Amino acid sequence: MKTRILGFVALAAIAAAMVVALFVVPADLNQGDAQRIMYPHVASAWLGYLSFGITALAGILWLWRRDLRFDAVALAGAEIGCVFTAFAIWGGMMWGRPIWGVFWQWEDPRLTTTALLLALYVGYLLFRRLTDDPERRATRAAIVGIIAAVDIPIVHFSVEWWRGLHQTATIGSPDRVLNPAAPGVFVLTLLGTLAAFTIGWLYLMIRRYQLARAEVAHEERVRVERIRAIRAAAPPPAGSTEAAR
Amino acid sequence: MNALRHEARIALAIAAKDARAELRGRNAVVSTLFFAAVVLLLFGFALGPDAARLAAAAPGLLWLAVVFGGVLAVGRLHVLETDDGALEHLARYPIPRRAIYAGKAIAGLGVMLVLGLLVLGAVGVLYAVDIAAAWPALVATVVLGAVGIAAVGTCYAGLTVRLRAREVMLPLLMLPVLAPLLLGAVKATGAALAGDPFGELGAWLQLLVAFDVIMVVAGAATYGYLLEDG
Repeated sequence: MKTRILGFVALAAIAAAMVVALFVVPADLNQGDAQRIMYPHVASAWLGYLSFGITALAGILWLWRRDLRFDAVALAGAEIGCVFTAFAIWGGMMWGRPIWGVFWQWEDPRLTTTALLLALYVGYLLFRRLTDDPERRATRAAIVGIIAAVDIPIVHFSVEWWRGLHQTATIGSPDRVLNPAAPGVFVLTLLGTLAAFTIGWLYLMIRRYQLARAEVAHEERVRVERIRAIRAAAPPPAGSTEAAR
Repeated sequence: MNALRHEARIALAIAAKDARAELRGRNAVVSTLFFAAVVLLLFGFALGPDAARLAAAAPGLLWLAVVFGGVLAVGRLHVLETDDGALEHLARYPIPRRAIYAGKAIAGLGVMLVLGLLVLGAVGVLYAVDIAAAWPALVATVVLGAVGIAAVGTCYAGLTVRLRAREVMLPLLMLPVLAPLLLGAVKATGAALAGDPFGELGAWLQLLVAFDVIMVVAGAATYGYLLEDG
């Protein structure tokens, strides 16, 4: 019930933030209306990074504490993170087309880093589906999540250098608006969108976590029922060690 | 100090076992080499016959061939361990997990070095690139690249070897992780071949060293968990 209330709060907050960002705040003088994409774009990119960080952290906690709830958090982080990251990339492409003239700008380190990030975690999610045993799945996924997380900074630096070592000119990126020199309304709108999206993100995380727990419980029930059915069909001979298990 | 020497001996014993298996059955190296050679030929068809264009693209093609071949090679090295539950037996020895990881990674490094150096030679011949002039920098790049691919590959091959879909999953997981290595190695190779006009070779080699160190540490830290899940 509490989660449902949170969901409605998130919905109202995101709707309000979008109305402000799209209609109330004045358009950027240089970029025009395209700049409005920045508000949800930056918010989703930030939540994507946050989610993947949580996945890595939850993976470490699983290896340490062996509590399957951590694995459910890791799964929720990876899946929700992919959704937000994909949305951030899509928004960035929609913004890049009118501003840069192209959908994809290879010289933008953030874009290339984020695309690789998405590839890493889509791989993580596909990999998870291949192991049936929940504990094995949690351990294997934790390792993939940790290696992906330590890879992200290297990816970021390498891509930054890739461009930086060749040319000094940088293309204005949408995040520059966060600069304190930017007008206060823009910053406030961005912070408001960020807050609204974060509430929405929290709601999705909680729901996905609950779903993941329910999935594991269901798998467990199915397994127990199958074992019972096998036992009922062929009872083990008396005195066998199998019966004691 | 003694404990470290003990671990090193275990690691070398495991690597020697893989090397022996390799020399007897030649599972990983020969087939991987042919695969890399075919990739180089296909790049030639895809981008040629303009020799200048091939030479310009040579660093990228070299490393794509090495990375693709490397994914296959490290995969083969672990498939070796699935026969008769060899990996499970290895995991039951009372030896540090790190040492098992190091052993498998050293074996992978050996394969990767052979593959990398031979592919480098093949690129020199096929794409008419002068590799003799810059050989110290090129060999350094190949060594650093080989360490990185072996470090990541050992861990991921161990993770995927028991899966039904391992042939798809290993490259799917490994290739995005190797992206910074690919980028650094291609840039270092390009700089070395061009005589390092911008003085950037050192920076790219440093990036490769950082990648190698981080991935070796991450692999050694996580490989034990992968073994115990049976």
